[in-house]
Amino acid sequence: MTLKSIQKDAESLTMTITAEFDASIQRVWKLWEDPRQFERWWGPSTYPATVVDHDLIPGGKVSYYMTGPEGDEYWGWWNVIEVDPPSGLEFEDGFADENGKPSPDMPVTRTRVELTEEPGGLTRMSIHTKFPSLEAMEQMAEMGMEEGMTQALGQIDDLLGAGARAG
Amino acid sequence: MVVDKVGEGLADEIFHALADATRRDIVRRAILGDHSVSALAGYYPMSFAAVQKHVAVLERAGLVSKRKCGRRQLVKTEIHTIHIANQLLEEIEAVWRARLERFDEVLAEADQGANP
Repeated sequence: MTLKSIQKDAESLTMTITAEFDASIQRVWKLWEDPRQFERWWGPSTYPATVVDHDLIPGGKVSYYMTGPEGDEYWGWWNVIEVDPPSGLEFEDGFADENGKPSPDMPVTRTRVELTEEPGGLTRMSIHTKFPSLEAMEQMAEMGMEEGMTQALGQIDDLLGAGARAG
Repeated sequence: MVVDKVGEGLADEIFHALADATRRDIVRRAILGDHSVSALAGYYPMSFAAVQKHVAVLERAGLVSKRKCGRRQLVKTEIHTIHIANQLLEEIEAVWRARLERFDEVLAEADQGANP
Protein backbone atom coordinates (compact mmCIF):
# COMPACT_ATOMS: atom_id res chain seq x y z
CA MET A 1 0.00 0.00 0.00
CA THR A 2 1.15 3.51 -0.74
CA LEU A 3 -0.32 6.39 1.17
CA LYS A 4 -0.88 9.10 -1.42
CA SER A 5 -2.23 12.06 0.51
CA ILE A 6 -3.95 13.24 3.65
CA GLN A 7 -5.87 16.48 3.74
CA LYS A 8 -7.50 17.97 6.79
CA ASP A 9 -9.62 21.08 6.93
CA ALA A 10 -10.42 22.38 10.41
CA GLU A 11 -13.02 24.80 9.12
CA SER A 12 -15.19 22.31 7.26
CA LEU A 13 -14.18 19.51 9.69
CA THR A 14 -13.25 17.15 6.90
CA MET A 15 -10.44 14.71 6.33
CA THR A 16 -9.54 12.98 3.08
CA ILE A 17 -7.03 10.16 3.00
CA THR A 18 -6.00 8.48 -0.25
CA ALA A 19 -4.05 5.27 -0.64
CA GLU A 20 -3.11 2.97 -3.49
CA PHE A 21 -3.29 -0.80 -3.23
CA ASP A 22 -1.67 -3.47 -5.34
CA ALA A 23 -4.94 -5.29 -6.04
CA SER A 24 -7.82 -5.14 -8.49
CA ILE A 25 -10.79 -2.87 -7.81
CA GLN A 26 -13.03 -5.95 -7.39
CA ARG A 27 -10.81 -7.34 -4.69
CA VAL A 28 -10.57 -4.03 -2.87
CA TRP A 29 -14.36 -3.70 -3.01
CA LYS A 30 -14.71 -7.20 -1.57
CA LEU A 31 -13.18 -5.96 1.69
CA TRP A 32 -16.13 -3.60 2.05
CA GLU A 33 -18.76 -5.94 0.68
CA ASP A 34 -17.94 -9.15 2.49
CA PRO A 35 -18.74 -8.78 6.22
CA ARG A 36 -16.22 -11.50 7.18
CA GLN A 37 -13.41 -9.62 5.43
CA PHE A 38 -14.69 -6.24 6.56
CA GLU A 39 -14.63 -7.15 10.22
CA ARG A 40 -10.96 -8.08 9.96
CA TRP A 41 -9.82 -4.55 9.24
CA TRP A 42 -12.49 -2.16 10.55
CA GLY A 43 -11.62 -2.47 14.23
CA PRO A 44 -8.15 -2.67 15.82
CA SER A 45 -6.88 -6.19 16.46
CA THR A 46 -7.32 -5.68 20.20
CA TYR A 47 -10.98 -4.71 19.59
CA PRO A 48 -12.05 -7.01 16.77
CA ALA A 49 -15.35 -6.22 15.09
CA THR A 50 -18.23 -8.64 14.67
CA VAL A 51 -20.76 -7.64 12.04
CA VAL A 52 -24.42 -8.33 12.85
CA ASP A 53 -26.29 -6.61 10.01
CA HIS A 54 -24.66 -5.81 6.72
CA ASP A 55 -27.20 -4.43 4.33
CA LEU A 56 -25.20 -2.54 1.71
CA ILE A 57 -28.08 -0.90 -0.14
CA PRO A 58 -29.20 2.74 -0.02
CA GLY A 59 -31.12 3.15 3.24
CA GLY A 60 -29.70 -0.13 4.55
CA LYS A 61 -28.19 -0.67 7.98
CA VAL A 62 -24.88 -2.05 9.03
CA SER A 63 -24.42 -2.87 12.70
CA TYR A 64 -21.45 -4.33 14.47
CA TYR A 65 -19.80 -4.57 17.84
CA MET A 66 -16.17 -4.50 18.83
CA THR A 67 -15.02 -6.72 21.67
CA GLY A 68 -12.33 -5.46 24.03
CA PRO A 69 -9.75 -7.52 25.92
CA GLU A 70 -12.02 -7.66 28.98
CA GLY A 71 -14.98 -8.83 26.95
CA ASP A 72 -16.36 -5.29 26.90
CA GLU A 73 -18.48 -4.53 23.83
CA TYR A 74 -18.75 -1.33 21.83
CA TRP A 75 -21.56 -1.10 19.32
CA GLY A 76 -21.50 0.87 16.11
CA TRP A 77 -23.90 1.43 13.26
CA TRP A 78 -23.99 2.72 9.71
CA ASN A 79 -26.76 4.26 7.79
CA VAL A 80 -25.97 3.45 4.15
CA ILE A 81 -26.63 6.37 1.82
CA GLU A 82 -25.25 5.30 -1.54
CA VAL A 83 -23.69 2.17 -2.96
CA ASP A 84 -22.12 1.84 -6.38
CA PRO A 85 -20.16 -1.42 -6.59
CA PRO A 86 -17.25 -1.61 -7.06
CA SER A 87 -16.42 2.07 -7.12
CA GLY A 88 -18.29 3.94 -4.42
CA LEU A 89 -19.97 3.86 -1.04
CA GLU A 90 -21.32 6.55 1.24
CA PHE A 91 -22.58 6.11 4.77
CA GLU A 92 -23.15 7.77 8.12
CA ASP A 93 -21.43 6.06 10.97
CA GLY A 94 -21.90 6.38 14.71
CA PHE A 95 -21.82 4.59 18.03
CA ALA A 96 -24.65 2.98 19.91
CA ASP A 97 -25.45 1.47 23.28
CA GLU A 98 -25.77 -2.30 23.67
CA ASN A 99 -29.39 -2.11 22.50
CA GLY A 100 -28.37 -0.49 19.24
CA LYS A 101 -29.69 2.92 20.29
CA PRO A 102 -27.43 5.64 18.79
CA SER A 103 -25.31 7.48 21.38
CA PRO A 104 -26.10 11.20 21.45
CA ASP A 105 -22.74 12.16 22.95
CA MET A 106 -20.61 10.65 20.19
CA PRO A 107 -20.21 12.27 16.80
CA VAL A 108 -21.89 10.85 13.72
CA THR A 109 -19.48 11.13 10.81
CA ARG A 110 -20.34 10.93 7.14
CA THR A 111 -17.90 9.00 4.99
CA ARG A 112 -17.56 8.65 1.23
CA VAL A 113 -15.39 5.92 -0.24
CA GLU A 114 -14.20 6.15 -3.83
CA LEU A 115 -12.34 3.41 -5.64
CA THR A 116 -10.67 3.97 -8.99
CA GLU A 117 -8.59 1.70 -11.19
CA GLU A 118 -5.05 2.84 -11.87
CA PRO A 119 -2.61 1.62 -14.52
CA GLY A 120 -0.65 -1.50 -13.60
CA GLY A 121 -3.54 -3.27 -11.87
CA LEU A 122 -3.50 -0.87 -8.92
CA THR A 123 -6.56 0.52 -7.15
CA ARG A 124 -6.77 3.93 -5.58
CA MET A 125 -9.06 4.29 -2.57
CA SER A 126 -9.98 7.65 -1.16
CA ILE A 127 -11.86 8.07 2.09
CA HIS A 128 -13.55 11.38 2.70
CA THR A 129 -14.86 11.88 6.22
CA LYS A 130 -16.90 14.80 7.49
CA PHE A 131 -17.81 15.61 11.07
CA PRO A 132 -21.05 17.36 11.96
CA SER A 133 -21.09 21.14 12.36
CA LEU A 134 -18.66 22.71 14.77
CA GLU A 135 -21.66 23.72 16.88
CA ALA A 136 -22.69 20.10 17.24
CA MET A 137 -19.12 19.07 17.99
CA GLU A 138 -18.77 21.87 20.49
CA GLN A 139 -21.91 20.74 22.23
CA MET A 140 -20.58 17.20 22.52
CA ALA A 141 -17.22 18.46 23.70
CA GLU A 142 -19.02 20.55 26.28
CA MET A 143 -20.88 17.51 27.54
CA GLY A 144 -17.56 15.75 28.01
CA MET A 145 -15.91 18.86 29.28
CA GLU A 146 -18.69 19.58 31.73
CA GLU A 147 -18.06 16.22 33.29
CA GLY A 148 -14.28 16.66 33.35
CA MET A 149 -14.36 20.20 34.55
CA THR A 150 -17.01 19.63 37.18
CA GLN A 151 -14.88 16.83 38.50
CA ALA A 152 -11.69 18.91 38.42
CA LEU A 153 -13.36 21.85 40.12
CA GLY A 154 -14.77 19.53 42.76
CA GLN A 155 -11.28 18.22 43.45
CA ILE A 156 -9.99 21.75 43.88
CA ASP A 157 -12.87 22.41 46.26
CA ASP A 158 -11.88 19.34 48.27
CA LEU A 159 -8.20 20.23 48.29
CA LEU A 160 -8.84 23.73 49.49
CA GLY A 161 -11.42 22.52 51.96
CA ALA A 162 -13.70 25.21 50.70
CA GLY A 163 -17.05 23.52 50.24
CA ALA A 164 -18.11 27.14 49.86
CA ARG A 165 -20.56 26.57 47.03
CA ALA A 166 -22.88 29.41 47.57
CA GLY A 167 -26.53 29.32 46.57
CA MET B 1 -8.16 23.72 26.83
CA VAL B 2 -6.70 27.04 27.70
CA VAL B 3 -3.34 25.93 28.91
CA ASP B 4 -1.72 24.97 25.62
CA LYS B 5 -0.99 28.45 24.32
CA VAL B 6 0.43 29.94 27.39
CA GLY B 7 3.38 31.24 29.21
CA GLU B 8 3.58 31.29 32.95
CA GLY B 9 1.80 34.61 33.17
CA LEU B 10 -1.49 33.17 32.02
CA ALA B 11 -0.98 29.99 34.03
CA ASP B 12 -0.66 32.18 37.12
CA GLU B 13 -3.86 33.97 36.14
CA ILE B 14 -5.69 30.66 35.71
CA PHE B 15 -4.57 29.31 39.09
CA HIS B 16 -5.37 32.59 40.75
CA ALA B 17 -8.79 32.63 39.08
CA LEU B 18 -9.58 29.09 40.20
CA ALA B 19 -8.29 29.59 43.74
CA ASP B 20 -11.63 31.11 44.74
CA ALA B 21 -14.71 28.97 45.42
CA THR B 22 -17.17 31.51 44.00
CA ARG B 23 -15.19 31.78 40.79
CA ARG B 24 -15.03 28.01 40.45
CA ASP B 25 -18.77 27.94 40.88
CA ILE B 26 -19.24 30.56 38.16
CA VAL B 27 -17.11 28.50 35.74
CA ARG B 28 -19.15 25.43 36.59
CA ARG B 29 -22.49 27.16 36.03
CA ALA B 30 -21.44 28.84 32.78
CA ILE B 31 -20.25 25.61 31.14
CA LEU B 32 -23.69 24.63 29.93
CA GLY B 33 -24.79 27.99 28.65
CA ASP B 34 -24.80 31.70 28.97
CA HIS B 35 -25.63 33.24 32.33
CA SER B 36 -26.17 36.96 32.80
CA VAL B 37 -24.02 38.59 35.45
CA SER B 38 -27.14 39.58 37.36
CA ALA B 39 -28.45 36.00 37.30
CA LEU B 40 -25.09 34.82 38.63
CA ALA B 41 -25.20 37.50 41.32
CA GLY B 42 -28.42 35.93 42.57
CA TYR B 43 -26.56 32.77 43.57
CA TYR B 44 -24.08 34.39 45.94
CA PRO B 45 -24.39 36.43 49.09
CA MET B 46 -22.55 39.38 47.60
CA SER B 47 -23.14 42.48 45.53
CA PHE B 48 -23.55 42.63 41.77
CA ALA B 49 -20.30 44.62 41.62
CA ALA B 50 -18.43 41.92 43.56
CA VAL B 51 -19.68 39.22 41.17
CA GLN B 52 -18.73 41.41 38.25
CA LYS B 53 -15.19 41.60 39.63
CA HIS B 54 -15.03 37.81 39.91
CA VAL B 55 -16.17 37.50 36.30
CA ALA B 56 -13.47 39.98 35.23
CA VAL B 57 -10.78 37.85 36.90
CA LEU B 58 -12.06 34.74 35.09
CA GLU B 59 -12.20 36.63 31.81
CA ARG B 60 -8.56 37.77 32.13
CA ALA B 61 -7.55 34.15 32.62
CA GLY B 62 -9.46 33.17 29.46
CA LEU B 63 -11.76 30.87 31.42
CA VAL B 64 -14.95 32.68 30.52
CA SER B 65 -15.99 35.10 27.82
CA LYS B 66 -18.49 37.91 28.14
CA ARG B 67 -20.79 39.35 25.52
CA LYS B 68 -23.47 42.01 25.55
CA CYS B 69 -27.06 41.10 24.84
CA GLY B 70 -29.18 44.22 25.13
CA ARG B 71 -28.51 45.53 28.61
CA ARG B 72 -27.42 42.19 29.92
CA GLN B 73 -23.87 40.86 29.97
CA LEU B 74 -23.78 37.14 29.27
CA VAL B 75 -21.01 34.98 30.65
CA LYS B 76 -19.95 31.69 29.09
CA THR B 77 -17.20 29.23 29.95
CA GLU B 78 -14.76 29.31 27.08
CA ILE B 79 -14.09 26.28 24.98
CA HIS B 80 -11.48 26.43 22.30
CA THR B 81 -13.29 25.22 19.25
CA ILE B 82 -10.34 25.27 16.90
CA HIS B 83 -8.43 23.13 19.33
CA ILE B 84 -11.37 20.72 19.39
CA ALA B 85 -11.53 20.65 15.58
CA ASN B 86 -7.83 19.87 15.20
CA GLN B 87 -7.94 17.20 17.84
CA LEU B 88 -10.89 15.48 16.15
CA LEU B 89 -9.16 15.52 12.79
CA GLU B 90 -5.96 14.11 14.29
CA GLU B 91 -7.95 11.31 15.86
CA ILE B 92 -9.83 10.38 12.71
CA GLU B 93 -6.58 10.47 10.74
CA ALA B 94 -4.99 8.02 13.16
CA VAL B 95 -8.06 5.76 12.97
CA TRP B 96 -7.95 5.63 9.17
CA ARG B 97 -4.18 5.24 8.91
CA ALA B 98 -4.47 2.16 11.12
CA ARG B 99 -7.48 0.86 9.18
CA LEU B 100 -5.66 1.20 5.87
CA GLU B 101 -2.69 -0.75 7.24
CA ARG B 102 -5.01 -3.57 8.28
CA PHE B 103 -6.89 -3.28 4.99
CA ASP B 104 -3.61 -3.91 3.17
CA GLU B 105 -2.85 -6.94 5.34
CA VAL B 106 -6.24 -8.50 4.69
CA LEU B 107 -5.80 -7.86 0.96
CA ALA B 108 -2.46 -9.66 1.00
CA GLU B 109 -3.94 -12.64 2.84
CA ALA B 110 -6.93 -12.87 0.54
CA ASP B 111 -4.36 -12.91 -2.24
CA GLN B 112 -2.57 -15.93 -0.82
CA GLY B 113 -5.86 -17.70 -0.33
CA ALA B 114 -6.66 -17.21 -4.01
CA ASN B 115 -3.32 -18.56 -5.23
CA PRO B 116 -2.14 -21.20 -2.78
